[in-house]
Amino acid sequence: MLNSIDIPKAARALPQIALVGNPNAGKTSLFNALTGSRQKIGNYPGVTVEKIVGSLELEGQQHELIDVPGLYSLTAISTDEEVAIGALLESGQAPELVIYVLDASNLERNLFLFSQLAETSLNVIVALTLTDVVKREQGEIDLAALSSHLGCEVIPVVAYKETGISQLKDAMVRALADPRELELDVGFPQIVLESADRVVDQMNRWGVDLKRKDARCVLLDEHCTTGDRFREIPELWNVVEEERAKIFGHTVQAKTVDAQSRYAWAAKVKRDSYIAPTVPRKFTKSDRIDAVLTHRFFGLVFFLLLMYGVFQSIYTLAAPFMDLIDGGKTAFADFVSPMLAGAPAVQSLVVDGIIEGVGSVIIFLPQIMILFLFIAILEGTGYLARAAFLMDRLLGWCGLNGRAFIPLLSSFACAIPGVMAARVMPDQRSRLMTVLVAPLMSCSARLPVYMLLIGAVIEPRYGPIWAGFSLFLMHFIGLAVAIPVVLVLNKGIFKGKRLPFMMELPKYQWPRWKDVLLTVVSRAKVFLVTAGTIIFAMTVIIWALLYFPRGDEKAYKAQWVAQGHVAQGEEFDHFLEMRQREDSILGRFGRTIEPVFKPAGFDWRLTTAILAAFPAREVVVPAMGILFGTGADVDEESPSLQSSMNAAKWPDGRPLMTPWSAASLMVFFALCCQCMATLAAIKRETNSWKWAAFAFGYMTALAYVLSIAVYQIGSRFG
Amino acid sequence: MTEKILKAKDLKRGMKARVVSINEEEDVCPRLLELGLFPGTEFQVVKIAPLGDPIEINLHGYKLCIRRSEAGCLRLVELD
Repeated sequence: MLNSIDIPKAARALPQIALVGNPNAGKTSLFNALTGSRQKIGNYPGVTVEKIVGSLELEGQQHELIDVPGLYSLTAISTDEEVAIGALLESGQAPELVIYVLDASNLERNLFLFSQLAETSLNVIVALTLTDVVKREQGEIDLAALSSHLGCEVIPVVAYKETGISQLKDAMVRALADPRELELDVGFPQIVLESADRVVDQMNRWGVDLKRKDARCVLLDEHCTTGDRFREIPELWNVVEEERAKIFGHTVQAKTVDAQSRYAWAAKVKRDSYIAPTVPRKFTKSDRIDAVLTHRFFGLVFFLLLMYGVFQSIYTLAAPFMDLIDGGKTAFADFVSPMLAGAPAVQSLVVDGIIEGVGSVIIFLPQIMILFLFIAILEGTGYLARAAFLMDRLLGWCGLNGRAFIPLLSSFACAIPGVMAARVMPDQRSRLMTVLVAPLMSCSARLPVYMLLIGAVIEPRYGPIWAGFSLFLMHFIGLAVAIPVVLVLNKGIFKGKRLPFMMELPKYQWPRWKDVLLTVVSRAKVFLVTAGTIIFAMTVIIWALLYFPRGDEKAYKAQWVAQGHVAQGEEFDHFLEMRQREDSILGRFGRTIEPVFKPAGFDWRLTTAILAAFPAREVVVPAMGILFGTGADVDEESPSLQSSMNAAKWPDGRPLMTPWSAASLMVFFALCCQCMATLAAIKRETNSWKWAAFAFGYMTALAYVLSIAVYQIGSRFG
Repeated sequence: MTEKILKAKDLKRGMKARVVSINEEEDVCPRLLELGLFPGTEFQVVKIAPLGDPIEINLHGYKLCIRRSEAGCLRLVELD
């Protein structure tokens, strides 16, 4: 028996309940209130890009609750929408119950998707959200009228206050016990319905069982999924085509009729169930805020100031915490080190490898947490959507999209969550482009290099204002380079349609601090788990490459004495250690390829540090510490490392570190993809090592060419 | 009431317009229909992004941001 809408129930362990609704209707907040496992709540339309599952107990029975990505209609235009619709309509996937999350402050548009859902065989009840907003605007919803129009229970909820949650649970129990198909008549034109009846008759004659609403769906939308089973059978499809021709001729368009009918119905429902305020307010608070924040001049000024403020805060606010972590690390190393004095190799492994490795992971937490504090607040207030609105022209002309702003901004803390956040892009192509340029954004792991070089070379010469400005420039360069990269990718590699930009600006509100805190903590955890382990492993490996083989100390001593020095004291120890590194596996390799990086102003030490940083750029500062003979227990603010870098010279006596070699090195680190974890994330998101290899290749090439350009051009002018 | 044909690129802040027809064969236009932009829909331009695009319009009791280029499949008339 063929019947497309009798969706077979899935063979799953627990009954499934799906939360479905328009983007921004309050689905995620409701999901949190129901499951108790609170996770990210955003104002930005489309924040729920993954299928998020929680568990819910109703009368002693466990249920699976899924948070379906936001939808505007049951016709997908993106992979995310396909996934969401598939979760509802694909055979074997249908949930036992759908809770349609209906935004009371935007009834008409939200009822469009409801009208489509009501035509499926899904068991639907309605959770009415944002009634607090309606009340604040002095409107009122007539629940009885709304419920009778929709043909199902309507439960008002205010998720963050947990109002209505128990009533909703009771309604869920009732609906699960007595599943019903909705019988909704949105009032399509008579001519369409008569045609649908004729199609049903004809199909029945061919032995195909078809419901009237399915016939109507196929008539108004040739891609309607109910037509899938006979679209390829010419005799059957002809029946549909003939009726379509009868209704529409060649002028009127079928989808237009469909949309008009549904909105006409929605307008009627709203008329009957929404009591408008007697004195409509002309401007809401959000409108007044937006008059400034999306103003053509002040809006942009505010945006730029805000972004600049965020980065200056990271520069200054994170520093004391980083000092604390660094101090703790050094103290611990000093405590452990004497215990292992009997075995120099083990001592070095523990101190320079393991403790250093753990330290170089934790040291980034303050920056990551401060940045995500800002991101979570911006998201919670609704400003992040404005940022997308402001930035769309800037990102859109080259083929990206204002929505790429979130992944790209996230990438400023770490490209790994940034790459993962690229899922907010509603199509494959823009997502891929965003993933490929996200690692160009200057992540927090690059900060130590900037701070080391700015602190050692720029600040002493030009003062703190230029130091801050250099830091800002280094964060800007990745963004500036990303634009031509996207342009080339867009024209050269990807073909096809541009991504539509359709979104809403949510009303401003105070962020929910619990959610802000949760975002900050979960980002920190993501960093520790996904990036931290790789960084730690790489630190130990790099330690080994810099430690072995052990050179001949007597020969080094002879060298030192031959230079007219006395073979004792701290300077001698530093010389010994440096010579060991120079003759290590990595040191020899660095020397071998020094000519490759010489045009960029890097000697063998900087080259070796760059090589050491390819798996994870975090290790570069300790690597430099070793290579410049100050030992590994340094950070970017260690005066000893800064002064020994400033003292370093080329064999011909020229100083190694000039403002331009520092700039060149920073540009190299800004653009090069020195992060295994990012490449792993790209591989996972694009499902191919090809794109990971591509990202690595193009970024390394860009870094090499541009750092040479900076050094060569800069050095000519001073 | 005077009516004149309007292009999406000429929409200015505060302007009111009505959709007279839509080419539903173009790329993103079926989505515009689903969001409520079909013949007969009247809307007002609420905001224009500082760089000129996208724009925010008020329709069917809600506000939507769209790009001018993506509103190109709409035939509009200006309303007073």
